[in-house]
Amino acid sequence: MAPVVAEPASPPPQAPRRRRLRRGLAGLASYGVAAVLTVAVVVFLAPFAVILLNSFKTSADFRTNGPLSWPAEWDWAVLAEVWERVDFTQKLVNSVQTSLGVVAIAVVLALFNAYAIGIGRSRFRVSLLIFFLAANVLPQEGMIYPVYYLFREIGLYDTKIGYTILIGVVYSAFGTYLLSSVFASFPRELLEAAELDGAGRWTVLWRVVLPLSWPTLSVMCVFFFVWSWNEFLVPLVLLISNDNHTVPIGLAVMESQYTSDPTGLSAAALLGVIPMLVFFFIFQRTLTRGVTAGAVK
Amino acid sequence: MTQHAHRPARSHRVAGYGIYLLPGLALCVLVLVVPLAMTVGYSFTRWQGIGPAEFIGLDNYLRLLQDDAFWASFRNIGFIIIGMAVVPTLLGLVVATLLFDHVARIRRGLVSGLRGGLYLPQVIPVAVTGLMWGWILAPDGALNRMLAAVGLGGLARNWLGDPDLALWSVLAVLVWIQLGYPLVLFLAGLQRIDPQLYEAADIDGASWFQRFTAITVPLLRPELYVVLVTTTIAALKVFSQIYVLTGGGPGTATLVPSYFAYQNFFERAQVGYASAISTLMTVMVLVIAAVFLFRQNSADREV
Repeated sequence: MAPVVAEPASPPPQAPRRRRLRRGLAGLASYGVAAVLTVAVVVFLAPFAVILLNSFKTSADFRTNGPLSWPAEWDWAVLAEVWERVDFTQKLVNSVQTSLGVVAIAVVLALFNAYAIGIGRSRFRVSLLIFFLAANVLPQEGMIYPVYYLFREIGLYDTKIGYTILIGVVYSAFGTYLLSSVFASFPRELLEAAELDGAGRWTVLWRVVLPLSWPTLSVMCVFFFVWSWNEFLVPLVLLISNDNHTVPIGLAVMESQYTSDPTGLSAAALLGVIPMLVFFFIFQRTLTRGVTAGAVK
Repeated sequence: MTQHAHRPARSHRVAGYGIYLLPGLALCVLVLVVPLAMTVGYSFTRWQGIGPAEFIGLDNYLRLLQDDAFWASFRNIGFIIIGMAVVPTLLGLVVATLLFDHVARIRRGLVSGLRGGLYLPQVIPVAVTGLMWGWILAPDGALNRMLAAVGLGGLARNWLGDPDLALWSVLAVLVWIQLGYPLVLFLAGLQRIDPQLYEAADIDGASWFQRFTAITVPLLRPELYVVLVTTTIAALKVFSQIYVLTGGGPGTATLVPSYFAYQNFFERAQVGYASAISTLMTVMVLVIAAVFLFRQNSADREV
């Protein structure tokens, strides 16, 4: 059996037997806790397995054998039908386009804002930070109707570009808040050295500040992408035509119309899960690191 | 470049950065402040979204106070805060300490695997996880069929359609979605705690629970704070979960303010009334954020 206690310091030989016994028991308890938690997490994730199994069943198979059985044969028909019905390719394209656009707009705006606030040490620093923080917590329903109304007036309603700018600006508020606090502790010597070398502000931003803040920026990019992908209320209101729907909207709209197939909704859910599941596996480290980075400051 | 070598560096630097702030600030004002001000303005009118708006003073707010649906949505939001903020925080705290105290001793890789599994629902679109749960909890959905298959068919319910059950089902789904967020934060916070504290507690023969309350919880206070603030605010804004799972029903059993506002804006064309709801919720969120910020600030200063 593997050593029960992973710590390098094993109990010295003269340690009382009782303590060694206690440690042994504690190690055993650890295995018990690990086993229970592992089982719990498997149960926690079971819904994903359920939709995976049922997305590949024929209706007949589902009706006779229920949701728990292994598919009699792996049938792609329902999945293919749902894909076609919601025009999933188009939804994917829309989601990728808008999310990348949002990331670009939000990060660039936040970088400029934070450059002025954090590095430029604006006189209104505190008030500006409070403003961006407030902008960041505002409920979207507080601004959605006027935006909807104004977008109709100026022809941005039901356009991906209008939606992308809107969400990009909203996220830039959070980005500004986060980056400003990072920039506040930016090494001054570097800035002064660059200035002495005759670098202007624009050059300093791109040549000195940007390369050094890449760790924070990359975390922001990953998070903005996920948030934007998962947006719901705003695209529901602003992107109404089928060709402009993002993945979540397309699937939610389908839900309200779909009745023909008992496993159709399962297949739809599976289609919706896959892109972010892939993203999650690629960026898992950045994501977990980012949750912490965003919270501590 | 200017030649102000003898001036204090600070004032030298201040001038000229404004240009970088201009586009971002202007867009924020245009996209957030102006619409918010318009919403507040609408809230004093009777308006259908077209034609002239009629100024009616505080009538919308007075009407809110007498609207049973609004009170129901308000009561529900209290439960939603429990489901999105309180329960995931407590559960996340317990799971995080168990992972840290026990599982990490055996295998670090297992900790990140379990953490990843519990965090996964945070990344999937809520609309999609809602769709998934809606399908599982449907009257002839997977859960009821599973119960029947193991001989517990008597427990089968209309989980989302029964007025007495719907809110509880929604809360369960919300806990499932939210749990990963506090967990990841707490696990990161635990790394910061000096292991000697735990060793000292071990030598003193402290029980797991004593360690938990005397060391873990006090030292995780910053994380607890952040989690409770952000999830409480998120609970006040909850929308997509309700839209996909229940549409606020049956009746008003799972209605929430944001969904109530959405219905009035876009389904009933009662823009003035919906604006009053939105204004009220916005004020609530801002007040809560301000209170937390102020308290955190003064707590920082004490240290």
